[in-house]
Amino acid sequence: MNLDKKYDESQSLLSVNDLKTWFPVKRGFFSRQQDYIRAVDGVSLELFSGETLGLVGESGCGKTTLGRTLLGLEPVTSGEIYFKNFLLNHAGRKQMNRLRQEMQVIFQDPLSSLNPRMSVMDIVTEGLVQFKRIEGSKEDHARRLIKEVGLSGDAIYRYPHEFSGGQRQRINIARAISLRPEFIICDEAVSALDVSIQAQVINLLISLQEQHQLSYLFISHDLSVVSNIADRVAVMYLGQIFEKGKTADIIHAPLHPYTRALIAAVPVPGKERQDKFAEVKGEAPSTATPPVGCRFHPRCPEAMPVCRETPPPLRRFEDREVRCHLY
Amino acid sequence: MTIDQNIHRQPLLSVKNLSVTFTIDDGRFTAAEDICMDIGRGESVGLVGESGCGKSVTALSLTRLVPSPPGSIESGSVVFDGSEIMTMDTAELRKIRGNAISMIFQEPLSALSPLHRIGRQLVEAVLLHRQISKKKAWRFAEQWLKKVGIPDAEERMYSYPYQLSGGMQQRVMIAMALMLEPALIIADEPTTALDVTTQAQIFELLQRMKKNFTSLLLITHDMGVIWETCERVIVMYASRIVETGSREEIFEHPAHPYTIGLLEAIPRLSKGRQRLKDIPGQVPSPFNYPPGCHFQERCPYAFDRCRREAPPLYDCGGGQKAACFLLDKAKQ
Ligand SMILES: Nc1ncnc2c1ncn2[C@@H]1O[C@H](COP(=O)(O)OP(=O)(O)OP(=O)(O)O)[C@@H](O)[C@H]1O
Ligand SMILES: Nc1ncnc2c1ncn2[C@@H]1O[C@H](COP(=O)(O)OP(=O)(O)OP(=O)(O)O)[C@@H](O)[C@H]1O
Ligand code: SF4
Ligand SMILES: [Mg+2]
Ligand SMILES: [Mg+2]
Repeated sequence: MNLDKKYDESQSLLSVNDLKTWFPVKRGFFSRQQDYIRAVDGVSLELFSGETLGLVGESGCGKTTLGRTLLGLEPVTSGEIYFKNFLLNHAGRKQMNRLRQEMQVIFQDPLSSLNPRMSVMDIVTEGLVQFKRIEGSKEDHARRLIKEVGLSGDAIYRYPHEFSGGQRQRINIARAISLRPEFIICDEAVSALDVSIQAQVINLLISLQEQHQLSYLFISHDLSVVSNIADRVAVMYLGQIFEKGKTADIIHAPLHPYTRALIAAVPVPGKERQDKFAEVKGEAPSTATPPVGCRFHPRCPEAMPVCRETPPPLRRFEDREVRCHLY
Repeated sequence: MTIDQNIHRQPLLSVKNLSVTFTIDDGRFTAAEDICMDIGRGESVGLVGESGCGKSVTALSLTRLVPSPPGSIESGSVVFDGSEIMTMDTAELRKIRGNAISMIFQEPLSALSPLHRIGRQLVEAVLLHRQISKKKAWRFAEQWLKKVGIPDAEERMYSYPYQLSGGMQQRVMIAMALMLEPALIIADEPTTALDVTTQAQIFELLQRMKKNFTSLLLITHDMGVIWETCERVIVMYASRIVETGSREEIFEHPAHPYTIGLLEAIPRLSKGRQRLKDIPGQVPSPFNYPPGCHFQERCPYAFDRCRREAPPLYDCGGGQKAACFLLDKAKQ
């Protein structure tokens, strides 16, 4: 069942080529030396129409920055982004505006992404009004959207601060799906929800996807969640993709030592976790001056001499891609 | 040895019949109803429940941080280390907040000022409760950034919150809450944005603090984290406590139909896109809580009595209690 192709590999929706997003930083207070945080450092990926690509990785590895760059919210340092075969790097404002309707995002922090002075009705219909896509009454639209995400209809007259964290995230989702976009970036979109609502929202995202041939870039730190929604998974570490492949392969036969450690560390209620992660804990590496050689080598239980010197390329290995000297 | 035992016997925090309401344009509703709980010294208690059920409101009211208006603590008593918080004067309360009881808020951006570098914010928090030099406070804060696993801590002290990733902001909040070594930590979804590696690091820190009898009230929907961190679990649904028990009791033989549904909805590692089991139906709006059991509309076992009376917490043996009439019938 799960192995059926649910998406169309002939139709590439998004294609990213060696993308870099660097942020200039000052070291210390008085230093003049120009340094960069290499938040995204040479990422290539492809997203097919109707597909969900899961993106997982440690806090600070560049997931949000990658999403924001795809949406044109951070300037591209180098590399290319194609959306429907259209080079986004050089899109003008008018074109970007049109594409905005087709690309939406659900961010991590619901409070800061909702305007506190707007009622829920105005928030969820803002896009529809802006792009003149309201037919019938605004109230009906708002009510339908808000019910779709599992809130009661009377919520549309209330304001964001009157809701709980999880409820606010659902308002955010209602807003993102209002324009029936083709591509949605979900950045920790269900992390603030309790598991039963989380399950409902994931099921909702899957239904919407099947009805409208939606594609998702599903960013989450939670591998269990990702494994239930993603067709393919990409594992990111310090700005780079370390492993990418079909969900079943990544979850049940991870190759990269980092992926293996991540999966071993998933806490499961009712089961004492073996501390397999002890080996990989180590100190979190710097993004401004990443380790030479393989960026993971200081924490890798399998590091070899070559790992300390030569950065491994992302190689095809059977059905997937791995960035590790072991393969 | 005997001293330790005595310490354990009296709870550090004891909450009795706490109720909180909100009054907004549409009227008044109850966000937390008749909440009772004890937290022992060195004990970790997990608080779980449906989004919007009143977990954050309960947590905020423990140190009277519920915004008022629109919120109002209607009744109840919160005794912390022998003192009643509900009647404490504000000066005394301020001394307790952030020092003896510290809070990690659900949304880090709402608790950090966007205008100031995080180093300055951390140092201010230290100096508020400790008489040490600014320079020492700076070093101290820097070390805590390291402890919560933030790389390049020296430089990060100069970052503004927006320059940090979501998980880093969360960890700054955690550092701020832990660095003064409070007796009670109230952590509201402290690790929602953290991956398993970083999470493991944070919980190790908490475990270490526990050895010094630091108590923890942990709110999270991540059942794996609850299992690994807490000895006891409290389950809330639609403003009320519906079940409490040890972690084994709750996870191995949950008694309340809501708890059962909640545990079944936990996502497990899967092979790809697949619908998850959820609890059918929707949480009632707080304005329209039905008379009787708040879970009745979604409960597969609901019967007449559930629609008439609110179920009290019935004893299920051990320390486990659940608010469901099925348990009353079982006794008869
Ligand atoms: N506007 C900015 N200016 C400077 N540095 C930034 C900015 N935004 C992000 N960064 C840095 O880029 C790196 C990657 O951040 P990003 O938010 O993409 O991480 P993430 O993978 O989403 O992490 P998390 O899981 O914690 O949300 C971090 O080191 C962060 O501090
Ligand atoms: N400042 C406020 N004004 C009005 N209503 C509020 C306010 N804060 C919370 N509420 C309401 O009180 C109820 C309980 O909210 P609370 O934030 O405690 O939920 P929660 O259990 O923490 O949920 P979540 O898991 O989503 O964070 C909700 O119905 C919410 O809408
Ligand atoms: S009291 Fe009734 S409605 Fe409530 S959980 Fe028990 S059986 Fe279900
Ligand atoms: Mg992020
Ligand atoms: Mg909350």
